[in-house]
Amino acid sequence: MLDEGHALKAQGVDVVIGYFEPHGRKDTIVKAEGLEIVPRRKVPYRGTAFEEMDTAAVLARQPQICLVDELAHTNVPGSERTKRWEDVQVLLDAGIPVVTTLNVQHLESLNDQVRDFSGICVRETLPDWVVKQADEIVMVDLPPQALLNRLKRGAIYAPEKAGQALQNFFKESTLVALRELTLRQAAHEVDVRQDAQKAAEVHGPASGKDGPAPVLSPAETTDRILIHITPNPATAALIRRGRRVADFLPADCFAVFVHGESDFRDMPAAQRETVERHLNFARNLRIETRLLQGKDAARTLVEFARLNGITQIFLLRPQRAAWSTLFGRNLLQQVVRLARDIQITIVAERRREKPV
Amino acid sequence: MAGDRRPDPEQLLRRVQAEEEQQRRGRLKVFLGYAGGVGKSFRMLDEGRRRRERGEDVVVGAVQANPTPEVQALLRRLEVIPLRKVAGVSVMDVEAILRRHPQVCLVDSLAYDNPPGSRNPKRWQDAEALLAAGVSVIATVNLQYIEEQREEVERITGKRATQTVPQSFLSTADEIEVVDAPPETALQRSSDAAESAAGSGSRAQQLSALREIALLLTAEVVDHQLEAYLRRQGLEQMWGPHERILLWITPHSQAAAIIASGRRNADRFHGELFAAYLSQPDLPPEKKAVLDENLALAREADAQIELLDAEDQVDAVIRFARAHGITQIFVKRHPQEHLWDRVVGSPLDRLIQAAEGIDVRVFPE
Repeated sequence: MLDEGHALKAQGVDVVIGYFEPHGRKDTIVKAEGLEIVPRRKVPYRGTAFEEMDTAAVLARQPQICLVDELAHTNVPGSERTKRWEDVQVLLDAGIPVVTTLNVQHLESLNDQVRDFSGICVRETLPDWVVKQADEIVMVDLPPQALLNRLKRGAIYAPEKAGQALQNFFKESTLVALRELTLRQAAHEVDVRQDAQKAAEVHGPASGKDGPAPVLSPAETTDRILIHITPNPATAALIRRGRRVADFLPADCFAVFVHGESDFRDMPAAQRETVERHLNFARNLRIETRLLQGKDAARTLVEFARLNGITQIFLLRPQRAAWSTLFGRNLLQQVVRLARDIQITIVAERRREKPV
Repeated sequence: MAGDRRPDPEQLLRRVQAEEEQQRRGRLKVFLGYAGGVGKSFRMLDEGRRRRERGEDVVVGAVQANPTPEVQALLRRLEVIPLRKVAGVSVMDVEAILRRHPQVCLVDSLAYDNPPGSRNPKRWQDAEALLAAGVSVIATVNLQYIEEQREEVERITGKRATQTVPQSFLSTADEIEVVDAPPETALQRSSDAAESAAGSGSRAQQLSALREIALLLTAEVVDHQLEAYLRRQGLEQMWGPHERILLWITPHSQAAAIIASGRRNADRFHGELFAAYLSQPDLPPEKKAVLDENLALAREADAQIELLDAEDQVDAVIRFARAHGITQIFVKRHPQEHLWDRVVGSPLDRLIQAAEGIDVRVFPE
């Protein structure tokens, strides 16, 4: 990112650094030299002054291009916006192009996969649509062994932090898997932009210079995915999976919750809050959500799917105890019986099997 | 567990010899780019510079003609072994490099054809000679020059490369690193930017297609590394970054839709496609015909076909899926449901129930 900043500056482009995270890395600090840095804003929190990007100052400075490190960063409480990507959104809305960086494990839709092979649940995530709107993606590749060498030389973290990192995210198998994931994600990003480009040539330019070109052309979208929301904690993974499949196919994506009570507000508070959290999460990933009322959840779900031309229903596997054939069927079995004309995807919780 | 597979002494000796041989050999690192102008040479030389600054003995064996100013600046900070002229053509001076015997030699454009009368017909064979002599090599190659990728590249660009490197040589690399850049950058910097686009689509579109192939090719290499690593560590196949779709093919009904969907999903996720069916010797002819037709379709869709043999069909499918790291099973509904199924659960119910950790997608009849 900083190299590109220098290259742009050499071409006479007015570039500033909005935020960059030196992590005490010498190579990186050297690279920032010669580039204008917009001073950070100090945000006091619990007696300590934290530093965040000063978005207002960048707006006032009006550069031609702004460099912003670590897009998935969460701002300290008390900042104007919760997430750095929201600050970036403000810059983009003001017409300032942004060059930014992101580690693959911060992509929302990859959260479960990353946890499965690293054992680490990444909390700082970024909705995939934020990345989808990028005009260009560049893969920064480095073989894991080289990264490990850099780490051991102290080029990435201070020694005490490096030892800790080696045991967590920087295990070789995790790095190799993350690298493969990044390469495949980058290939996918290239792929969708290619499709958009082709579509634009067929249909004519869809938008002017002001906004990002839409990645999906509506004509190509034939699949419609419906995600069934429940209070089950695995629902978050189900939503991510549905979103990811919808992004890859591409397909439209909806999420519904069916409540038996005549009013959603009559649900037990704890359950209702969990469901609301899941619905909010879906909306953050730009999934259209609905609340449906119906005594028979399976029937209500399938009828909604038929009415809305849904081609695929995403459901969770029920807990083991819920399996029974003689004594009534679980919701999944009922949906499978009812929706004979619709594809049904039963999403598994993917957990790495422990080595024997 | 380890006792089951204790190798005999002969095997052990061969393995030790192979390992020693491996240790004597130089290490090969390849920078792979999807086109000219993405900055491979720069990255190679920059790594050479960094290693030299860290005290490694690095020389430049070969570098492209007409270097960019950035590349020239790096070259000034490195020791360059001059190219040799053979029949009026410049070639890498392998003998001079071997005499000099550095720790690391930088070799640009592995796919270069040497003129007749040279030590080896191809530059990658020169690199092989350096590796065998214990010199580590850092090299560059363009996607279009990889023998096995040539056809695919030609389909996109309409042009066929004449100089190539076999993929088998690249797969001996200890490290492969993809050099990525947006197509616009490649267009600006590339010497062939002025060339009019042959084949289909604009040059930018072609570059974008090549870029995708280069990224996926590297992902494949990394996937093999991951598998090898897990095997060495005695870890089980894990649910990795790779989708593997299994189609369950039956003689009950036409499977065109499920096969097409399987192919599309495998393509979209850059995953693998398998199709499994069960051996059923007593199949009536009309069912046999349906099964054969389905299998022909699956073969056409480039699925790996597997014949399963087992008492219980659900068990067989699940066992195959587990053994092959399948992440999704695609299955079509049975046209008729038996009364008995309502009591003990249909095969579909049992499949869904048994497929813990694997997605199941049920297709309409």
